[in-house]
Amino acid sequence: MSSPTFLLVGFQARRRAKARSRSLKPWYRNTPLVAGMIVVGLLILLAIFAPLIAPYDPIAQDLGATLQGPSAAHWLGTDKFGRDVLSRLIWGAQVDLRVGFLAVLIPFVFGSILGAFAGYFGGWFDAIVMRIVDVFFAFPFLVMVIVLVFILGSGETSIYLAIAAVSWVSYVKIVRGEVISAKEQDYVVGARLGGMSNARVLFRHIGPNVFSQAIIYAMSDIVMNIMGIVTLGYLGLGIAPPTAEWGSMILEGQEFITTHWLQATVPGLMVVITSLGVSWLGDGLSDLLSPERRK
Amino acid sequence: MNEQSVLRVSNVTKTYSFRTPLLERLATKGTKSTALTALDGINLELRKGEILALVGESGSGKSTLAKILVGSIAASSGEITHNGSAMPAHRTKDLTRSIQMVFQDPYSSLNPRISVGSMLAELLLLHKIVPRREVRQESIRLLNRVGMDEDALDAYPSQFSGGQRQRIAIARALAVRPDVLIADEPVSALDVSVQATILDLFASLRDELGLTILFVAHNLAVVQHLSQRVAVMYLGRIVEVAETAELFANPRHPYTRALIASIPRMTAGSVSTELILSGEPPSPFEIPNGCRFHPRCPFATIACTENDPALLPLARRGGDADLPYHASACLLADALPQSTSSPARTGASAHPSQSHGNSQEAL
Amino acid sequence: MNREAKAKMPGTHGLTETDVATSPEASPEATQPILSITDLTLGVKRGNSTTSIVDGVSFDVAPGDRFGLVGESGSGKSMTLRAIAGLLPGGVEVLSGHAYFRGVDLFSLSAEDRRALMGPQIAMVFQEPMTALNPVMRVGEQIAEGSRRHLGLSRKAAMGLAVDMMAKTGIPDPIRRARAYPHELSGGLRQRIMIAMALSCRPKLLLCDEPMTALDVTVQHQVLNLLEELCDDFDASLLFVTHDLAVVNQTCSELAVMYSGRIVEFGTVASVLQNPRHPYTKGLLDSAPDFDQPDRALIPIPGFPPHLADKTPGCSFAPRCSFATEACLTGTPPLTTVRPTTMQPTTVQPGAGVACYRSDEIAEGVLA
Repeated sequence: MSSPTFLLVGFQARRRAKARSRSLKPWYRNTPLVAGMIVVGLLILLAIFAPLIAPYDPIAQDLGATLQGPSAAHWLGTDKFGRDVLSRLIWGAQVDLRVGFLAVLIPFVFGSILGAFAGYFGGWFDAIVMRIVDVFFAFPFLVMVIVLVFILGSGETSIYLAIAAVSWVSYVKIVRGEVISAKEQDYVVGARLGGMSNARVLFRHIGPNVFSQAIIYAMSDIVMNIMGIVTLGYLGLGIAPPTAEWGSMILEGQEFITTHWLQATVPGLMVVITSLGVSWLGDGLSDLLSPERRK
Repeated sequence: MNEQSVLRVSNVTKTYSFRTPLLERLATKGTKSTALTALDGINLELRKGEILALVGESGSGKSTLAKILVGSIAASSGEITHNGSAMPAHRTKDLTRSIQMVFQDPYSSLNPRISVGSMLAELLLLHKIVPRREVRQESIRLLNRVGMDEDALDAYPSQFSGGQRQRIAIARALAVRPDVLIADEPVSALDVSVQATILDLFASLRDELGLTILFVAHNLAVVQHLSQRVAVMYLGRIVEVAETAELFANPRHPYTRALIASIPRMTAGSVSTELILSGEPPSPFEIPNGCRFHPRCPFATIACTENDPALLPLARRGGDADLPYHASACLLADALPQSTSSPARTGASAHPSQSHGNSQEAL
Repeated sequence: MNREAKAKMPGTHGLTETDVATSPEASPEATQPILSITDLTLGVKRGNSTTSIVDGVSFDVAPGDRFGLVGESGSGKSMTLRAIAGLLPGGVEVLSGHAYFRGVDLFSLSAEDRRALMGPQIAMVFQEPMTALNPVMRVGEQIAEGSRRHLGLSRKAAMGLAVDMMAKTGIPDPIRRARAYPHELSGGLRQRIMIAMALSCRPKLLLCDEPMTALDVTVQHQVLNLLEELCDDFDASLLFVTHDLAVVNQTCSELAVMYSGRIVEFGTVASVLQNPRHPYTKGLLDSAPDFDQPDRALIPIPGFPPHLADKTPGCSFAPRCSFATEACLTGTPPLTTVRPTTMQPTTVQPGAGVACYRSDEIAEGVLA
């Protein structure tokens, strides 16, 4: 993370002289970023090229060869319907990553914009928005998602909707707080004195300085979402059964945990790897997006 | 006054009211709100081409006044007149343009994500200062004006030192061709060796561009060096105004004297012990009755605890109209003993032990 | 080596070795400096490369002295102070040198022994009292904490002492104020609390890191006077770090000017300010407005201080120095004791030094 020299720059030489005094390290020297990019990149490639990589059809049943151990034909064995576990794992990446990433988009955009307006204009608008946000915050994330999916019915669309309906509030809070503190910064006052419109001040001058926090949060949100889908899948509320998905794989594998432990463990491991990769990416991005974090 | 006034502040007051939380109100049966008077009837005039220094301690309201002048906060009452016409509550783009500000902390006054070139270009285009094809040329001209090179155009604020950033901030303020510049403690965040260059820059802006500058400061040595006139603020009021040399040679308000006596002196032996204030500025929530300075004032009389003195021109011996304008908000302004802690203009060090009748300070 | 510093500390439990506490406290030390820094080098290690931020700094603080360490940001003055207080930020290390406090090398002490020294022997006043005080503890208790721990006073006695100290620092109504929390007090009062806290265990050395920066001028003046008086009353020496030469002039008797991690000039305040021998000191004096000489033009120092990471050979001030010669760009001038000059033969003190090849010419007024 931060090397001693960075500490030094921050601590002692904050107001020191001379141009280029802050030696920015190139992005490829940013270890968490690179590690995150590699892990997430590989997973995305796996998801995209699932049809090419997966040796078998993930939903093709072979009732003659159920619950087999690892073999040359089935590297990770087969499940109770005789489906190839490896193929289901690869196809599962497609569903889980898609939901994980896409479900972040709507709340990210909606929540950030709402938070930016609330923070910038304040007043009654801010008061109303924040009360609504408080109500949403009063419920635990997963409980809300589960209840909403239960009401909306299972399936990918309801998952998107449920997650979007619940997680926008975090972005409102983050962006609002950042905008409120940025609003007091002299450079924003300076921009206003430059006669610029509110929209221009908000989106050109404040925006780039505050949305990075939302982007960094979005990374951890992706992890949350993937956990959400997996939990939903595990509870049987997720993606409908034959579709390969890590959560339902864990659920199905669980009953054979003593005899065929790979069935539940391997998808679980995939969840862990994905979470780790995305977290690294978030860490790296936070380094990259705020190179001149001061104070 | 014969000089042309660019900006006139008349009776400007700023109060903030804070609602007491409901529970606290129930518990203490207190009032619904408490009011803070940050500015209390300010009258001030900025004359064309002058540097007017506004000095005072924290809580005196000097920064509030600066913010009201640039329009980033609104006054509770009173009027600001710009070139003879009253400023509306919501300023037009052009009025906003005409009064610009340079901030104290050059580390927060520049957007870290916008390059110097595009920052300047944005302003030049927005206000149609120059046609698009001349933007680059004009930006370079501005940078040169503040003593920076063309190279700075493509650089970001983080690549510059504090002094350079302050130059860039000044270039930004100049880009829209204002006629008044409000500088809020522009050198107090800078290293001593850099301060001088920025002070020189302000002086050259006044001398060469005819810019009118309100220079908010707490360092009286800097003020004395740079400004033509000085206004001293205490707890939301202006307590003394005079031309710089006159104010320092013949301070007519005890607070001004205390400020002068507090200046750390560079010359050995010139440390003043004349007037050391006890206590600290009272909170603007509880402004004392009568003269607001009386609890700390060594000269205070009974009258001072009862009467709130207005800022009035000094009564002069023989009513000589040619004497420079000098106003003080002190009941005893004309009766104060001669000050002894003013600068020794002959170069010799002042004698703090000497308490009366210093001939050097005669007008 | 004088071990009595340790002997004086009550409640230092970790000290059972032979070098501890054998000699009683009376020992002749009037001539011995209370603090002696020798060849202090601080730096940041990063892989194989080392960036030094303080480079071979040596100075002595005599008992009862008020010593000013002057420099701009990045000069290493605060780091030197922090090294003495044992408060270096993470990553910054003492690379070489010693800091003898009453004969004991602070850097050779264990962390525990050092902590035991901080308070009863060495105390520190910080720049921003708000961040140095515990926000959830009444200020009286914060002051009392030190004397309870280090002097072994009872709770009641310690509170009494705290109120006493607050009264000494000129805090009006100290009994009531002792029950206040830091945020309820003004900046000036908080700085007084810090001073009361620092002096409550009667330390022999008070370290001050720009304690005036956050204060208003009139309050600053009061606090400076207070510091002076109390240091005299309590017979404490003062090491005062600041960027303001005028403040040093007012407060200190000796000073050292730092530039880019080195001491470039030292001596008595009167002699250095009246007759600077280093072009940097001269530059600082010429660039700051002097209230007593309102009509003097300010002469800025051109350029910027060098970046710590890319130090060039030669005198570090040479690139900004109008007197620099070939020799200045290649060799680093050593800090040498100054000789009397024809111009100001009386102002030169034996304990004065300067690190400049052309200092004699500057002092003689040959170079303008």
